[in-house]
Amino acid sequence: MAEPFLKIDKISKTFKDNQVVKGVDLAFNKGEFVSLLGPSGCGKTTILRMIAGFEAPTTGAIVVDGKDITALPPNQRKIGMVFQAYALFPNMNVADNIAFGLRIANAPRAERDARVEEMLKLIGLPGYGKRFPFELSGGQQQRVALARALAPRPRMLLLDEPLSALDAKIRVSLREEIRAIQRELAITTVFVTHDQEEALSISDRIVVMNAGKVEQVGTPREVYERPANRFVASFIGLSNFIAGRDEGGGTFLSRAGELLKYEPDRIRGPVEALVIRPEMIELGAAPAGSQCNELAGSIDTVTYLGPLTDLELLLDSGEKIHIHRSNRTPGYVEQFRRGERLVVHWPPSASLPV
Amino acid sequence: MKRNKTWAWIVFAIGASYFLLPLLATIKFSLEIRKAGWTLDAYTNVFADPRFQQTFGYSLLVGLCTVVVGLLIVVPAAYYVRLRAPQLRPIIEFVTLLPLIVPAIVLVFGYIRLYNSSSLLPLTNSNLGTATLLTFAYVALGLPYMYRAVDTGLRTIDVQTLTEAATIMGANQVQVITQVIFPNIIVAVLSGAFLTLAIVIGEFTIASLLNQQVFGVYMQNVGANRAYEPAALSIISFILTWGAMGMIAFLGRFAPKTAPRT
Repeated sequence: MAEPFLKIDKISKTFKDNQVVKGVDLAFNKGEFVSLLGPSGCGKTTILRMIAGFEAPTTGAIVVDGKDITALPPNQRKIGMVFQAYALFPNMNVADNIAFGLRIANAPRAERDARVEEMLKLIGLPGYGKRFPFELSGGQQQRVALARALAPRPRMLLLDEPLSALDAKIRVSLREEIRAIQRELAITTVFVTHDQEEALSISDRIVVMNAGKVEQVGTPREVYERPANRFVASFIGLSNFIAGRDEGGGTFLSRAGELLKYEPDRIRGPVEALVIRPEMIELGAAPAGSQCNELAGSIDTVTYLGPLTDLELLLDSGEKIHIHRSNRTPGYVEQFRRGERLVVHWPPSASLPV
Repeated sequence: MKRNKTWAWIVFAIGASYFLLPLLATIKFSLEIRKAGWTLDAYTNVFADPRFQQTFGYSLLVGLCTVVVGLLIVVPAAYYVRLRAPQLRPIIEFVTLLPLIVPAIVLVFGYIRLYNSSSLLPLTNSNLGTATLLTFAYVALGLPYMYRAVDTGLRTIDVQTLTEAATIMGANQVQVITQVIFPNIIVAVLSGAFLTLAIVIGEFTIASLLNQQVFGVYMQNVGANRAYEPAALSIISFILTWGAMGMIAFLGRFAPKTAPRT
């Protein structure tokens, strides 16, 4: 495999006596879109700020394109960055904001103007050059901030929760736009977010972090379908946990005494629980002759979610599980009553041992 | 409701007359140089006096130098305190208040002792040296106003993120301050500058003891020797000061607007 474009080599960061990043190793390929995902305080933003050069790692090194940049000041790293607070320069109009990096680099005026036009077209705001930041909506400002970061042709793009300050609709459309632009320019991008849906939808790979450590690195499908541990399973997507004891050979004894099957090659560490995603559970008894796991319980709550019906089932063991069924048939949700008995089943391949 | 308003107006009228009556009396007096009727002779006399032009021009020059030197010291200092050393803010604020606590007369005697003709740095030996000393003394006098104005300006912008955004695009520290920070606090900076200018134009104690022929010293001189012209002079300097204040308000309209956060 080729040498990674950005290599983070055993970096740690300690503020006073609080270690926020604990020996993280990461490798990013050229042109890749990688998300750093985790709850607040997990160290993801600190890692991004160390890549940018705003914080110096306590130990470890950051290598870009084969060169150690750990000691390089931020203004010499040739990195583009977009901030949560937009951070457009209020005294400059849109065109001057976008041209800022090129002006600092002493690019000739004609080149700057051409690049500004090109960037405005790229972000879908042609003709907005003379406007000032305060005249733009949040989504437009963030697009200008993206253009400003990309205009000097940086070798890498850092996105620090760029969508968190926007409202839900714009968040989705802008994230698609960011992804399209990133693909078009094939620029290596590191995206920090605490929103798992955002990370799943936009990334080539996701780095799931918790308490200063990397929990799992993988494609969106890998981290969702094969979570490495309990933290990843609970942080990404909705998960049902069934506690119990591993019996070996792909069997798991639940606390209530049921023997549940899983695929043994899915094991990634000591098995403490089975995770079943709500959409993998089917209603009704397991078909005769199948290997499917079966559990019974009574309906606790029924929630209509538009495309889905969410059933909360109180198992005989006392645990609660969520089941998501599609609302394709009109009136589907109405057939469920609180307290009603329900038998459910799922295939062994849908049991994720964690 | 109505009664409350009446009382409010009465209180306002008393307060206003406290400021306006002496001013009106001075204006009236400045117009009465001739026994018969009101004339502007006192003003014409003042403007025709070459010493008025000289001292006023000199004061203006010293004022401008004070503003420039003050800004060069205060803007980077306030910026770094906000960005890198917020824990130093109470100390810096106390230091900038010192010129208000230490009387000008104490300050100038200290200067004379430190920089007299037999000292290591005999600034008072030459005219230029003394003018420099005067400028630096005024920088100290203007410090409380200048620092507060600049610090207030910095509070209205996101100093850290703007600095980082400019830095990551390749700007060095000088470029960050001159191209991003300074233009965004220009209005606050100008209001500090005009306040300092107004103080310098009317200052007497330090200039007099350093034997500098500034506007304040000239005013005192005229006041000791003439009757009507001092009144005219005070009105002129009053108008100049208010002109400076008006400029602050006027320039406020051109403030770069901060982007709305959604």
